[in-house]
Amino acid sequence: MITQVVTANRLVDGIVVFLAADGGWSERFDLAAVSRSEEASRRLLGIAEQAEADRVVVAPYLIDVREEDGAVRPVRFREHIRAFGPPVHPQFARPGAGA
Amino acid sequence: MYRYDEFDRTFVDQRVAQFRDQVRRRLEGELSEDEFRPLRLMNGLYLQLHAYMLRVAVPYGTLSAAQMRKLAHIARRYDRGYGHFTTRQNIQYNWPKLSETPDLLDELAEVEMHAIQTSGNCIRNVTADQFAGVAADEIEDPRIYAEIIRQWSSLHPEFSFLPRKFKVAVTGATRDRAAVKVHDIGLFIRRNAAGEVGFEVVVGGGQGRTPMIAKTVRSFVEKRHLLSYLEAIMRVYNQFGRRDNKFKARIKILVHEIGIEEFTRRVEAEWAEIRDGVLDLPADEVARIHAYFAPPAYEPEGEAAATLARQRLSDPAFNAWVRSNAVAHKQPGYAIANISLKPEGGVPGDATAEQMDAVADLAEQYSFSEIRVTHEQNLVLPDVRQDALYELWQALDAQGLATPNLNLVTDIIACPGLDYCSLANARSIPIAQRLSRRFADLKRQHDIGELRIKISGCINACGHHHVGHIGILGVDRKGEEYYQITLGGSADEDAAIGKIIGPAFSSAEVVDALEAIVETYLRVRREGERFIDTYGRVGAEPFKEVLYAAA
Repeated sequence: MITQVVTANRLVDGIVVFLAADGGWSERFDLAAVSRSEEASRRLLGIAEQAEADRVVVAPYLIDVREEDGAVRPVRFREHIRAFGPPVHPQFARPGAGA
Repeated sequence: MYRYDEFDRTFVDQRVAQFRDQVRRRLEGELSEDEFRPLRLMNGLYLQLHAYMLRVAVPYGTLSAAQMRKLAHIARRYDRGYGHFTTRQNIQYNWPKLSETPDLLDELAEVEMHAIQTSGNCIRNVTADQFAGVAADEIEDPRIYAEIIRQWSSLHPEFSFLPRKFKVAVTGATRDRAAVKVHDIGLFIRRNAAGEVGFEVVVGGGQGRTPMIAKTVRSFVEKRHLLSYLEAIMRVYNQFGRRDNKFKARIKILVHEIGIEEFTRRVEAEWAEIRDGVLDLPADEVARIHAYFAPPAYEPEGEAAATLARQRLSDPAFNAWVRSNAVAHKQPGYAIANISLKPEGGVPGDATAEQMDAVADLAEQYSFSEIRVTHEQNLVLPDVRQDALYELWQALDAQGLATPNLNLVTDIIACPGLDYCSLANARSIPIAQRLSRRFADLKRQHDIGELRIKISGCINACGHHHVGHIGILGVDRKGEEYYQITLGGSADEDAAIGKIIGPAFSSAEVVDALEAIVETYLRVRREGERFIDTYGRVGAEPFKEVLYAAA
């Protein structure tokens, strides 16, 4: 089974965002819409690609996530850093780390 | 310092206006990302892991106080209050907004700066010895030729779409402080048997996944032939360099595949066609550029040396800083003051806006308004009177800029790594921070002596790990950060590529491993031997034993 969310960078300022359940884009990882099927992932990516065409975001892509203790977490460390900010600068930590 | 002429001013202003229009068209939807990407990269704007990143060129690492103050302002106004000095003597901002970049570039242009050719497959910012013009061991000031190369290579239509990026470094000194031999083209200013000054030209050095030391293509090129000779090399590369495979596209691969003899033959054949032509450097043009770099109005030595000696005796902490961070100057009564950007627990190369402002003020007060950026990610005030060092040191200390660790174990080069970089496999900065804490004791650092540790977060080697006395390369092993250690690299005139010592270490193990290597060196070294000398004498075995014996 797959578990994925869609991420991108906001065009105007480059900040990392996630496709939220309401179809908007959020800086909060914990507000990302979670896909649990290939079909749902395709649908989310389709929405994201339209948002790219509409100049909201740049370079959207799917990332694998896992559910742990009721919270969703990125699988890859790289995506963890991207979602929550550079570990070296705790002052730039992003909200939405979940539980 | 060099000042923009009408031509420089016009092309930079035109480029900002052009980019402003391109950003507008991108935001309004006239340009897709695929169309816009090459345009933004031509202006130094990347899309990184967290945000856009802007790389600003600092030609041959030379900055005026006014420029540094502007960099501080940009950090404050357009970024998050800091900037990162890089191994190409440039500065990077990690959080600029696309929509504000044109205004940012306009502000840079006000102080004769830009971000052109800091990305893309063109001739990048030319780097030089950070002690250019003031080093005691210098034949001639390399900045004059770095500036001439900057003018020749800027917006050069023939070399705007090379097979791959292209890096040039110049030094005029006998000690190579500019890592010249790991550049695509390296220039050593030499004096020949007749006493004339010219260039030894080396080609095909580089790091990345295929590290190589540059080879000499001509041992002496007269000054007036500099540009025609460089152009001949670029033409051979542009014609024969591989474009089928990005990883084999650098000039080092061409030199390696056809051999230095054949490469030289092709360069000389091309040069025979174009020498003594329009690229001939007239002596009066060299003199015109030379005048920009005329020495400042030094004062007589007076009591400077005696005053410094007295102050060193009375303050041990000051003495420690002078010992490691002040370097001999060609002018009696003066010193080169190095400002470490490697405080204990800090991010190598980072400076806050407040620190940049402070350095600008101190440059005005003590160093004829001039500042240098080093490829080792430190700053330099090149022209400080010896009897002003004590005041300077106190002012630096108040800003957290007086760490006395130049060329010591905690003076570490580290790339941004996975904290910032899209390409990284592992983090670099935290390893540098942990090492700087582990070796924080100054007495121990001075006992260890010169030791160059360099850390890269991926094989692209932005952190120069191949040429570290001890190199650390971050790798991704099944989602975990691991670190491969190399020993015996060197970036100076005896350049060498380090060799992998054995299996990689986990993040938890790597600092202990480094300490074990250093302790082994201390145990087996002979009187006066630096780490790199001991390694050269005893080889890898004693280090391997201590690292892997238990396994």
